[in-house]
Amino acid sequence: MVPAPWILTCVKTMPKKNLVTALNEGLRSELAENPDVVVLGEDVGRVGGVFRVTAGLQEEFGSDRVIDTPLAEGGIIGAAIGMAMYGLRPIAEIQFSDFIFPAFDQIVSEAAKYRYRSGGEFPIPMVIRAPVGGGIRGGHYHSQSPEALFIHTPGLKVVCPSNPYDAKGLLKSAVKDNDTVMFFEPKRVYRAVKMEVPDGPYEIPLSQAKVVRPGEDVTVIAWGAMLFEALAAAESAQQQGVSTEVLDLRTLWPVDVESIMQSVRKTGRVVVVHEAPKTCGFGAELLTLVSEHAFLHLQAPPKRVTGWDTPFPYRLEQEYLPLQHRILPALLETAAY
Amino acid sequence: MRRPSIFLREGIPTAIRPDGTLDRTHAPDISTERKRELYVAMLRTRVIDGRLERLQRQGRIGFHIGSLGEEASILGSAMAMGAQDWIFPCYREFGALLSRGFPLQSYVDNMFANANDIVKGRQMPDHYTSRAHRFGSVSSPIGTQISQAVGFAWAAKLKRDPITVAVYFGDGATSSHDFHTGLNFAGVYGAPVLFLCRNNQWAISLPSNEQTASQNFAEKASSYGVAAKRCDGNDVLATYHTITEALGYIQREKKPMMIEMLTYRMGGHSTSDDPRAYRVDDEVDRWAKTDPLVRMRRHLEHLGGWNETDESEAKQAVEQELSQCIERAEAAPPPELDTMFDDVYQTRPPHLQQQASQLIHGPRAVDPHLR
Repeated sequence: MVPAPWILTCVKTMPKKNLVTALNEGLRSELAENPDVVVLGEDVGRVGGVFRVTAGLQEEFGSDRVIDTPLAEGGIIGAAIGMAMYGLRPIAEIQFSDFIFPAFDQIVSEAAKYRYRSGGEFPIPMVIRAPVGGGIRGGHYHSQSPEALFIHTPGLKVVCPSNPYDAKGLLKSAVKDNDTVMFFEPKRVYRAVKMEVPDGPYEIPLSQAKVVRPGEDVTVIAWGAMLFEALAAAESAQQQGVSTEVLDLRTLWPVDVESIMQSVRKTGRVVVVHEAPKTCGFGAELLTLVSEHAFLHLQAPPKRVTGWDTPFPYRLEQEYLPLQHRILPALLETAAY
Repeated sequence: MRRPSIFLREGIPTAIRPDGTLDRTHAPDISTERKRELYVAMLRTRVIDGRLERLQRQGRIGFHIGSLGEEASILGSAMAMGAQDWIFPCYREFGALLSRGFPLQSYVDNMFANANDIVKGRQMPDHYTSRAHRFGSVSSPIGTQISQAVGFAWAAKLKRDPITVAVYFGDGATSSHDFHTGLNFAGVYGAPVLFLCRNNQWAISLPSNEQTASQNFAEKASSYGVAAKRCDGNDVLATYHTITEALGYIQREKKPMMIEMLTYRMGGHSTSDDPRAYRVDDEVDRWAKTDPLVRMRRHLEHLGGWNETDESEAKQAVEQELSQCIERAEAAPPPELDTMFDDVYQTRPPHLQQQASQLIHGPRAVDPHLR
């Protein structure tokens, strides 16, 4: 992956860190600030997570705070809900978002509805971390992007940072949030991108999108690993005279409608990029919101560049993913419409 | 039709003998006054059950899931718990909630899902909760409360708070994912959980001997390193005694325990179920002979602590209180429209503000009874 120019132009004086390190710092800082924060999941303790996001945390905070669990996702989330009810702030890790489905019942039927169904008696302040996305030769079960399923569930917040700096600040906000937050980490970015990340604590508010590349002709909305593909496509489009505004959603739900509309009202043209399958993907919702809020500003039919409506394939994953070579024509066509 | 066997009771000790005398080895050492409280709590539960079922038949409430025949297992266990202990309910334990001092009015408000309902009319009847009464939230999916209770107890242990968390579930739930992960997690972490399996022999239409090939439900616990016992769930004193001992074990050994309370669901699964479709034999009559209220009353009468006057006065008192509660609950308005959008998140995000406004300024604003 080629780091995008905007990342390379960051301040030179700060240490450069990858996404794994930034997340690790975020977790460490929350564990240090609040004795009620606990981390639990499969292999998060002794080994520090299969991606090493929790490396060193058990040594530092002990096995009562950074807990290796038996292999049962439903049990991890069910227990984390109980911990949150008691007053702890659990950060549960699901090793791959592809393995989240045994916990789907606890997330969708329980965590998401608890505050509501109990008349406000039992909020569930909890973060569920899970790596998402393809591009690491993981096949069906180490590559999916299930965000739309959780966005569709009232009561959940859904976050998906694209880069180390945002990830640390968003993670800290997610842990402090009093609702259940799904925190999806683009595993393809884990070690592929380095950028300046302050050593100290800082927070990035949820539900605020960010314009990472300003432009005039067309808006491209992306998040997670696909942000870098969108940026690369925007750079190529620029060489062909098309100025692209790139919007990183950062928080998928509740989504920052205002930032989207501001950009679309300016450009009149919009392309959404996501790895998940096209049908009923989050792109469908985003473009509907655009129709509802900015219909008269549109000068071209909105487009989606997404994963295909197939299970995630192994050998042909580069053809499945909405990479820059598929985003670029969509930008040019939309701009030329 | 295969039937659950009444002989499953063999080998399970009882406290109250058929003649009303007591086998002290299996009975708690409690005063006659406490025994009266246990009986009155069971009687109250039964009277309420009968009344709510009639209300449902009359179309005045939408649903009721009762505890006819299971009063001893519910009250004998709940009333043995300490005030500091928590209860994670299944959905048949309103008697347990009331025994903790939850106002009957609040319970009836929940049945009518009115503006005063503690869960704001958002759930079906009998889906109550109360943090103040250390009572978790009822949900309809089977077994989900089990792993949550384990996490809750585990958190208490991490905080060094000496409490026990009791979690109720039926025999059907022992087949659920959460039963197995819950027991496994509790075993691994030594979470102070009291797993309370109300084996009422029927999971809607499935008899317990088709739910499992195990000899009983308690033996499942051993595969998770969790101690387990069975008790006569139709004998309130035997249940109370078993639970008291289990609570002692859990706090002393810092380990979870499971109790299978053998009882019998005398009614349908809920008001939406007619058991005659799958239960046509004399089984109900046979179990009626072990009715927990009859057995406890016989014991109290043997002690000279109960008579016909006490019985009719106690029933009348509940009926009277219940009538007043029903009258108030029925007259109370439904929840305000706007409350539909509260508590989805801590604060209402823009999309819900917008949707609330659409509802409030929509057709219902012109005529709230518009369908």
